[in-house]
Amino acid sequence: MRPFTYTRAKDVAAAVTDIRANSEARFIAGGTNLLDLMKIDVMKPRHLVDITRLALDTIEETDEGGLRLGALVTNADTAYHEQVEKRYPLLSHAILAGATAQLRNKATDAGNLLQRTRCYYFYDTDTACNKREPGTGCSAISGYNRNHAILGHSEHCIATHPSDMAVGLAALDARILVTGPQGERMLPISDLHRLPGNTPEKDTNLGENEIITAIELPPQGFAQHFTYLKNRDRASYAFALVSVAAGLEIEGGVIREARIALGGVAHKPWRRPEAEAMLRGKKASRENFQPVADAYVQGAKGFEHNTFKIELARRSIVRALMTAAKIEE
Amino acid sequence: MEKNTTASVSKEKISLTINGTEQQLEVEVWTTLLDLLREHLQLTGTKKGCDQGQCGACTILLDGNRINSCLSLAVMHDGSEITTIEGLAQGDELHPVQQAFIDHDAFQCGYCTPGQICSTIGLIKEGKAKTVDDIRDLMSGNICRCGAYSNIVKVVQEALERSQQA
Amino acid sequence: MASEVIGKPKNRVDGRKKVTGQARYAAEFSVPDLTYGVVVNSAIARGTIKSIDASEALKLEGVLQVFTHENRTKLAYYDKSYQDMDAPPGSPFRPLYNNQVQFNMQPIALVVAETYELALYAAALVKVEYEQAPHETKFAAQRPYAYEPEEYKSTPPPEPWGSPEEALKNAAHTITEEYAHPSQHHNPIEMHASTVHWEGDGRITVYDKIQGALNSQKYVMGIFGLKEEEVRVLSPFVGGAFGSGLRPQYQLFMAVMAALELKRSVRVVLTRPQMFSFGHRPKTVQRLSLGASADGKLQAVIHEAYAETSRFEDYSEDVIIWPGVLYNCDNVKLSHKLVGLDVYTPLDMRAPGGTTGIFALECAIDELSYKVGMDPMEFRLKNYAEKDQIEDKPFSSKELRECYRQGAEKFGWKNRKQAPRSMREGHQLIGWGVANGAWEATQKPASAKAVLALNGQLTVSSATGDIGTGTYTIMSQIAAESLGLALDKVEFKLGDSSLPKAPLEGGSWTASSVGSAVKKVCNKLGEKLLELAQEIEGSPFKNVKIEEVVFEGGRMHLKNNSSTAIALTEILSRNKTESLQAEADSEPSDEQENYSRYSHSAVFVEVKVDEDLGTVKVTRVVSAIAGGRILNPKTARSQILGGIVWGIGMAMEEYSVMDNQYGRFMNHDLAEYHVPVNADVHDVEVIFVEEKDEIVNPIGAKGLGEIGIVSVAPAIANAIYHATGKRVRDLPITLDKLV
Repeated sequence: MRPFTYTRAKDVAAAVTDIRANSEARFIAGGTNLLDLMKIDVMKPRHLVDITRLALDTIEETDEGGLRLGALVTNADTAYHEQVEKRYPLLSHAILAGATAQLRNKATDAGNLLQRTRCYYFYDTDTACNKREPGTGCSAISGYNRNHAILGHSEHCIATHPSDMAVGLAALDARILVTGPQGERMLPISDLHRLPGNTPEKDTNLGENEIITAIELPPQGFAQHFTYLKNRDRASYAFALVSVAAGLEIEGGVIREARIALGGVAHKPWRRPEAEAMLRGKKASRENFQPVADAYVQGAKGFEHNTFKIELARRSIVRALMTAAKIEE
Repeated sequence: MEKNTTASVSKEKISLTINGTEQQLEVEVWTTLLDLLREHLQLTGTKKGCDQGQCGACTILLDGNRINSCLSLAVMHDGSEITTIEGLAQGDELHPVQQAFIDHDAFQCGYCTPGQICSTIGLIKEGKAKTVDDIRDLMSGNICRCGAYSNIVKVVQEALERSQQA
Repeated sequence: MASEVIGKPKNRVDGRKKVTGQARYAAEFSVPDLTYGVVVNSAIARGTIKSIDASEALKLEGVLQVFTHENRTKLAYYDKSYQDMDAPPGSPFRPLYNNQVQFNMQPIALVVAETYELALYAAALVKVEYEQAPHETKFAAQRPYAYEPEEYKSTPPPEPWGSPEEALKNAAHTITEEYAHPSQHHNPIEMHASTVHWEGDGRITVYDKIQGALNSQKYVMGIFGLKEEEVRVLSPFVGGAFGSGLRPQYQLFMAVMAALELKRSVRVVLTRPQMFSFGHRPKTVQRLSLGASADGKLQAVIHEAYAETSRFEDYSEDVIIWPGVLYNCDNVKLSHKLVGLDVYTPLDMRAPGGTTGIFALECAIDELSYKVGMDPMEFRLKNYAEKDQIEDKPFSSKELRECYRQGAEKFGWKNRKQAPRSMREGHQLIGWGVANGAWEATQKPASAKAVLALNGQLTVSSATGDIGTGTYTIMSQIAAESLGLALDKVEFKLGDSSLPKAPLEGGSWTASSVGSAVKKVCNKLGEKLLELAQEIEGSPFKNVKIEEVVFEGGRMHLKNNSSTAIALTEILSRNKTESLQAEADSEPSDEQENYSRYSHSAVFVEVKVDEDLGTVKVTRVVSAIAGGRILNPKTARSQILGGIVWGIGMAMEEYSVMDNQYGRFMNHDLAEYHVPVNADVHDVEVIFVEEKDEIVNPIGAKGLGEIGIVSVAPAIANAIYHATGKRVRDLPITLDKLV
């Protein structure tokens, strides 16, 4: 770990001021990813702004009838929150599919969204990685790429975003509240994370000195028909190879609305609204789900060790939709 | 070689209540709770198995909640209460979960054991485990390389039953 | 004599220390004025270090030194000095010896500082320039150059018997397939660590993570030219090892060197990624050709193993002996070749060779049973080995048939449908598989000392180890039983190089070897007690022979008259003796040599495989073990449970991924190198079948550390085949191989 200076921010404005005043500064809250990366010299902030004392640790109703999750609410408190469990069980399930009880007790909701990739090369400073050190090259493309992207990757980076929670939030069309030097703004979760392109060092579209203050959940929670399906290499405590968050609004056997987000396949949670639209007005059935699954992975390209994800994603989407629709075969 | 005489990292004064005793400490800001316990306070019952949040050996109770102490900067927990494995027994009398680990032979080498025990106590407090499968999943943050899992599950089941009777 | 202690499910005698955090492991001994070392590893697999620039690190206040090949202490010259008690033939790796890089993540520098955090930071500031040379880490590319080593570490392949090729040609049913498993790393949860206490007078006390304190002591003496009395090694608790502690690892070298140079106490703890920078289970590819008659008699076996080794040592393990141990066949050919790669030398990992060879053999046998059209268990029973064909000797005991009988009954094997894909539950395909296995039951020379104190406390000691196996407990039980004492009146000491000699703690031989020494020394102490009792004036034991007395309840009494008795403490007090001690060396008997000695297992597994997604759940395991006398059913069961969990890991998860671009294991942490977690383990049952063996050793126990793992991975692979109809021959069986 490199040496750093440390301050405790007392409110959001102070945090933003503090991060602007220091070069190579980072916010720290749960620290469950940042400290790991600092110990292995992947991240080297010179200044840490401790934001754990900011008043962003509550879950509240919004005017439109949704929920606002404070940025500092822990993953555990979110997943087990009565209103989240009742109205957004998809989110609870997604959060509980990730990490461990210990990590969820400490990791915060905003921190979860900002965790870095689990690419083996990103994690090893003795190898080339464009995300860690732009311009050094991508070792994964020609190396070991089991946990890597099949969609939206670039010749510079094929890393995936590892969060399960983000996949759940993507399916829920959550919104991210941000405060920066220019004031507050709100962006849809689909705009928070980005594809690597030729700047893979940037994981998100947040401005340099911006801080996430809350996550807003719109009223539609798909509490009747949902599932979070996670495929991984062991039964718990492993990152997703392919995960699917699915939410359906079904009336009289007919789908009114469908949301599908994939995890483990791209640099961000993967949505295809045009494919989701294919289900609108259709009967919930395997026959209708299959073309959507095909559309979701259209254009997917795998590498030496992860091509299996394409077919796995297809099958997982169908399974997730079947489960969400409560169709037994 | 000429030494750079400025200290490479700053120190902060914090107060921690560890196993019931409040302590005033001066810590370097880069010191984790785990290293503070093990290297500075000689509380080596809390184990370092990976230092990356990937094994659970360093599990402690922070304000009653189980967390990985390796991924926590000590300086960030000023004012917190910490319980480690050394703080569970009442004198000679073991905490029931400690005794159950012995009775069910829920360990072999013993290295992951303090973390497993703290994790079990945290799990009981959380109150979210209803089934054996829940227990298995919610105890999966503690790797036991010796493979004592099925015995650990028995301990947790027993502790859950005890907590429901209480 | 009826057992009061042995054979009883006693709690671990060290349990209280372990559950209270009082058990201290290598990195946990508090020594004054301690400094911390952090190791820098190479970024390349092969080449030369052009320069190491440590100036930035050394500038920091509190950084004491950066050791490299350029400023290291003077080291021994001959290979012999570096050869530890588990060294394979060859030229051992020498840390910091010169500027040559022989494998990726080779330790090339040690940064020592006043605090751990500072040493870690300073290590990141060390800049290294290399002259890179081409490396070869691709197993397949080097396989054509596989060679037979001049000297095998393992049993050299025996001469073929019968006419295997011809028999194969004439067999009604044959299979020829290749089976592979990748390199795997031990990953005990305690990372390798050494704390060296600089005693101030040139002597050092070393707390090391090792499966045998004597091995570390010998290693340190050899390299640094120290005398026995100058180095004491302690390892009272070891946080798992599974073989990784059979050889001293490089943190020991680093910590000792730094302590001797700086004349300070030094602690070096490896990081989790560094746990992937030394010995590992070698990647192995095995080709098996089997032939059987129409009615299922095994007629030919050709078993060829290709196993990874380093460029500098010829590591080999017993991969190919198993057809001769487990089956009866008249035509057998076995070969074992090594594939040299630019990696660190492989190292024994839980049931080395057995886990590997039995996996391949038991999958192949399973395949053949389907070809023949027989139930896989019936097929195995039909070809049951009545003697060991490798050594051409009878077994000292072998209750494998009973393992099958009890295991099958518990599992409900008779309800199995033979055809693959014939059992299902919704999306889940259900499969039942079986495999059997064996592991050597060896006894090695060992010594022990016993001291009875006036307060009735018996202290027995030997320089063995307890890596979680239960050595403390079972040795205490043996001692307690031998002298008729309560368990809490006995203390067993181990993990100290100053204690009587013991073999490395591995190979499942500790219970038999050290146990025999403990029994012998306690018996000897018993004789001394009798002699002493006879010196008491008016002693009723005058002219009594040792066979005529019994030790029970802290007393010695006549066998035929229990009222003629004396408390052991009274024997001492009446003679005004503070304590009485005995020492003994035990060795395997000559009679053992006339027999082949193995423990056996039969494992039954149920899996549920998601037909669409390929995810596998091992829902049930029944492991039936014939392991001789079970000294403590509680700790014994735990050993077997551990073996089952390891088998699940081997079958489905564990895989050290070699990136050939770098020649480096890439998934070097516990997030990406998957070992089983709690949620991977479901219903597991252990059965110990009764097995009496008076030949194998004086204790009658066969050792249980390894027999529990060997049959598990093949039983899982066989169950997955039964569930899905897919035969996966390369481990681990991850979901992509089943989609």
